[in-house]
Amino acid sequence: MKYLKNFYKYRGLMYEIVRKNIKLQYRDSILGMFWTFLQPLLTTIVLVFIFGNVFGKSSSGVVNYPIYLLCGRLLYEFYSQSTKRAMRSIRNSASVIKKVYVPKYIYPISNVFSNFITFFISLIVLVCFIVFFCVTGNNPPHITGYIFLSPIPILILLILATGVGLILCTLDVFFKDIDYLYEVFCLLLFYMTPIVYKIDALKISNKLFSYVLMANPMYSITEMFRCCVLYGKMFNIHHLLYSLGFALVSLIIGLIVFYRKQDKFILHI
Amino acid sequence: MSKPAIEVKNMSMMFNLNSEKVDNLKEYFIKLLKRQLHFTEFWALKDINLTVEKGDRVGILGFNGAGKSTLLKVIAGVLKPTQGSVKVNGVIAPMLELGAGFDSNYSGKENIYLYGATMGYSRKFIERKYDEIVAFSELQKFMDVPVKNYSSGMRARLGFAIASAVEPDILILDEVLSVGDAKFRKKSEGKILSMFDKGVTVLFVSHSVDQVLKICNKAIILDKGQIIASGEANEICDTYNKMVSGGK
Repeated sequence: MKYLKNFYKYRGLMYEIVRKNIKLQYRDSILGMFWTFLQPLLTTIVLVFIFGNVFGKSSSGVVNYPIYLLCGRLLYEFYSQSTKRAMRSIRNSASVIKKVYVPKYIYPISNVFSNFITFFISLIVLVCFIVFFCVTGNNPPHITGYIFLSPIPILILLILATGVGLILCTLDVFFKDIDYLYEVFCLLLFYMTPIVYKIDALKISNKLFSYVLMANPMYSITEMFRCCVLYGKMFNIHHLLYSLGFALVSLIIGLIVFYRKQDKFILHI
Repeated sequence: MSKPAIEVKNMSMMFNLNSEKVDNLKEYFIKLLKRQLHFTEFWALKDINLTVEKGDRVGILGFNGAGKSTLLKVIAGVLKPTQGSVKVNGVIAPMLELGAGFDSNYSGKENIYLYGATMGYSRKFIERKYDEIVAFSELQKFMDVPVKNYSSGMRARLGFAIASAVEPDILILDEVLSVGDAKFRKKSEGKILSMFDKGVTVLFVSHSVDQVLKICNKAIILDKGQIIASGEANEICDTYNKMVSGGK
């Protein structure tokens, strides 16, 4: 109850930080906010150009590869950007935290949120892609009522990013090495998640390796999202349970770790 | 008798002084294995008991490193005491370092809202106070300029204007009156004196005995983390002056 009251008092700060992050992200660039959807658009074109010939025309052939790729990329980009920003948030706000009392969780959480909003704006690109392919009739995505289930994987991803962000920013206060390690981890995650390729196209014979790929919660989340907006079918319930469980556990661990260590932050930043 | 504004009970604050700073994993594990992780305990504050009644204006005197700023940080809630408890009744406006919450890429106007939010005030409240803040800081022409282009004096002025506009119950001043030019210093002193009439409680840290005499009615002297004297401001200032001239 006390925490809720405190959060209510500082909700303005959360709003201001989210606002600030979004406003400052593209300040001084000529195209400004346009970059939120210009950037995924351009990078997707590059990736389609590079990987399209290798993975685009694989066995299942019927799937629209640009949309397939964009779905994966948007979700991955949100996850990696928000967790990286959250990780550095406490260090970056050291000057404030050392001088004024503020609830510290505001910083990682508002960084995840501001990325969530830019992610939402960048979904416009996906909508444009879907409309474009539907209108031209060139391998259109299968749009059905299941598209209304697409917020579910997005919400799970938000929970996951918040939890991981809390864990990372706590670690980052004590060991700055995490910055570099996590950078490498994100690169690994990019290739471990079926973003540019399809998992069945890999024809993996090694059982262990395929288990590792399946254990990646990003895999289940991206697959669920694609089911909603691309395949037009109900997603696998196991994916839902696994990713939701994973996200909730990481959120709980994040909250516990953060709560237990937050009073020590100031001695290390 | 109303509740005291600030109640500090048997409060101690301990820091671990690393003999060497360890901030990466490799070093940490190597040191851990070699058992070289020495921490030297350092008690910045020891067994502090302090009660400040509402409307009291307490000056905190002491030499460098006596624990003055640490005491203020503990009261402001920035540091959590190692032992003991701190109870605060009312809204605190910390002026520990003016402009600490500013984002240098943000304009002056945007920073007013950001800084206000950092202190826990709603956007609406700051909107009401906005004109007053700008007028007091005398920075009307610079409100749309990023703060990174401000001079340090301008930053301090804006910081002071925001922090003083919010009508706190408890005001914490850490050598802030030494910023800005003489004119602004006078203005900010005037502003603080006018807040006294509204019954604000003040904690004031300064090296200047004159300022303490002008602003405070009570004072304490901190030395090596302990309160060695407390009482009426003029008596304590005499003691402090003797300590200073005593060549300690």
